[in-house]
Amino acid sequence: MSLERSVERPLRQPRTGRLRSIMLTPYRGTLPEMKVGLFVTCLVDLMRPRIGFAALELLESAGCEVIVPGTQTCCGQPGYNSGDRAAAQALARKVLREFDACDYVVVPSGSCSGMIKAHYPELLADDPADKAALDRLTGKTYELTDFLVNVVKLDKVPGRFSGTVTYHDSCSGLREMGVKRQPRELLAKVPGLQLKEMTTPEYCCGFGGTFSVKFGDISARIAERKCEDIAGTGADAVVLGDLGCMLNIQGRLRRLGNTTTRVLHVAEVLAGVKDD
Amino acid sequence: MISQHTDSTGTYASVHFKSRAHDKLNDAKVQRAMRNFNLAAARSRAVAEVDNFEDLRTAAAAIRDRSLADLDVWLERFEREATRRGTKVHWAETHDDINRIVIEIAKAASVRKVIKSKSMVSEESHLNAALEGAGMQVVETDLGEYIIQLAGETPSHIIAPAIHKTRDDVADLFHEHHKTPRKQSISELTMEARKFLREHFLSADMGISGSNFLIAETGSTFIVTNEGNGRMTTTMPRVHVAITGIEKVVPTLEDVSALMRVLARSATGQSISNYISVNTGPKQPGDADGPEEMHVIIVDAGRSQLIGSDMQEALRCIRCGACMNHCPVYQNIGGHAYGWVYPGPIGSVLTPNYIGLQNALDLPNAATLCNQCGVVCPVRIPLPDLMRKLREKQVDRGLRPKSERFALKMWAWAAARPGIYSLFTRIAARVGKSMGGSGGLIHKLPGGGAGWTQDRDMPAPGGKTFRELYANRPSKGGGGR
Repeated sequence: MSLERSVERPLRQPRTGRLRSIMLTPYRGTLPEMKVGLFVTCLVDLMRPRIGFAALELLESAGCEVIVPGTQTCCGQPGYNSGDRAAAQALARKVLREFDACDYVVVPSGSCSGMIKAHYPELLADDPADKAALDRLTGKTYELTDFLVNVVKLDKVPGRFSGTVTYHDSCSGLREMGVKRQPRELLAKVPGLQLKEMTTPEYCCGFGGTFSVKFGDISARIAERKCEDIAGTGADAVVLGDLGCMLNIQGRLRRLGNTTTRVLHVAEVLAGVKDD
Repeated sequence: MISQHTDSTGTYASVHFKSRAHDKLNDAKVQRAMRNFNLAAARSRAVAEVDNFEDLRTAAAAIRDRSLADLDVWLERFEREATRRGTKVHWAETHDDINRIVIEIAKAASVRKVIKSKSMVSEESHLNAALEGAGMQVVETDLGEYIIQLAGETPSHIIAPAIHKTRDDVADLFHEHHKTPRKQSISELTMEARKFLREHFLSADMGISGSNFLIAETGSTFIVTNEGNGRMTTTMPRVHVAITGIEKVVPTLEDVSALMRVLARSATGQSISNYISVNTGPKQPGDADGPEEMHVIIVDAGRSQLIGSDMQEALRCIRCGACMNHCPVYQNIGGHAYGWVYPGPIGSVLTPNYIGLQNALDLPNAATLCNQCGVVCPVRIPLPDLMRKLREKQVDRGLRPKSERFALKMWAWAAARPGIYSLFTRIAARVGKSMGGSGGLIHKLPGGGAGWTQDRDMPAPGGKTFRELYANRPSKGGGGR
């Protein structure tokens, strides 16, 4: 199958010198041979493929050559946060191998990119054999909006949106990946879109992975505070960068009877919202 | 001992976290009180006034680490210096030791009435009940503590113990216990408490306080309060007993002044607390006031096990409460749901360490790991990391439910096998889509997913996975291998 072929090609070390020069040069069109691995994430794969395609479109529109390793499954975070260290380590090593040939790894999720960048070093610290590949991986892993703003310096975005949106800062993106300004800068480039901030956009939505099913009532109550804040802005849509928060906020809004506020991933808005 | 932390069979209340939290979510009074609670905003204003708060946090963490690295040395130094200045130092290995030592001191000094300034360590040992059992009257003098003592409850917050009470609750309590006409305003209620407490300050034989820090170089206790009750408690009665944990010792006065730059700002959003009391020994010839006897009880009760372990960072804690003030879980359920002395993120780390992993299984799991606690902690305790390590310990000791272990095993097995994983996700995407129906929302998930759909819908998947769609996408020049 064509998908698998990409990871079977001979491994190539990233040429850091060349990349550094690209990063320092303002983007002026196609970046030759900038091989970007798209880590789709397990939730996007299963629940919202269109977010994966939106990310793909954005990266390609920026001139990147995008590789989607066909064996990818999950970053290991559910196991890591549930205390199953061995399971998480196995998946982390799998990610190390799958993306070793890429110059960059881009993830449409603050949570999964944070897992790689902020937690893999601790998770794989026991085995020095992983050290070199680990350093390469953490050094080249980016959350999608961070990559678009700070690496390829995207100038124009394909999407249009007519209406007001509010942006929810997901916890891992904000506190592990430093994603705050990047999505807002990109949203400002979308014709027709107006941003109206919540009172506390950095307040957790209550998702928390398995927390959301183990402690469903607490989780939903936290989400309710988020929903009230969203409603207070009067925005047509809440935009965010993590599918976990997205399912949580959308699920709570709908149960509370709100059928109109749209819940959109930032990649969809930037690439142009398509209906299912 | 039977208390609000355990039932008649000795089972810890923290075991019932889930049902306790559920009750609090459905308790309109608690919900109203918690909605009004916003110390986070106060902290954020106070922190903004300092241009190097992050550096102060780093310095504070380093001071705490230095204390913990040579804890035995600083504790011995403290004992030597305190003893030299006339303070009697006692060592309590267990909670029972605390109560026994205090009762011995009280009996030797013929104490009949005890007043207390805030002490969370004394909550660990249920000291009030023990003293009452030994025939003494005990009066809490911190306003919040006084309120919950009248209500027969435990603190729901480490610095704002009655935060779960509304003004109406307090008005009812005072009316009932003081036998006075029911007051309406907060200032009237405060004045009434002041009047009643004044009598107790003047008639008590013993004052019991905590100690925010123990200063090794001078042998002093160090208390931070806002109401002045701490100063009255430590100076007016004949006997002063300070109770604190072994981890509270710091080398020098200068270290404490650095910690003070972060403590009040993190706790209440004040640049400094209204009162700081440094007590160094009993009343000396020529002193205007002070107790005739001063005792310091230094408590282990589980703390020394954390030294040198992967949990040591938790001992940096200076009990400001910022982690709970910023915790989305705490803010919605309040402190009583946690079931033991310390609620919120730091409680979810300390409780299993102090009373046993198996007695607080839910606590380290009842967190979204949003790390709002970690980024505000004035001594940089990596609270989410510590909670995650406790989750690992639960798995390692086989303490997780069978169903959860099985689900995790299945997931890990499949996720490591892309072909099988892909088959599972294709099936799940299709089943999920059909469950979602025309509205695209699943109203009821089976099995473990039921927790999600109890108060929330699950947006349904689209029917096909990204991997299938990607494999079949029309080829575009350049991309899409």
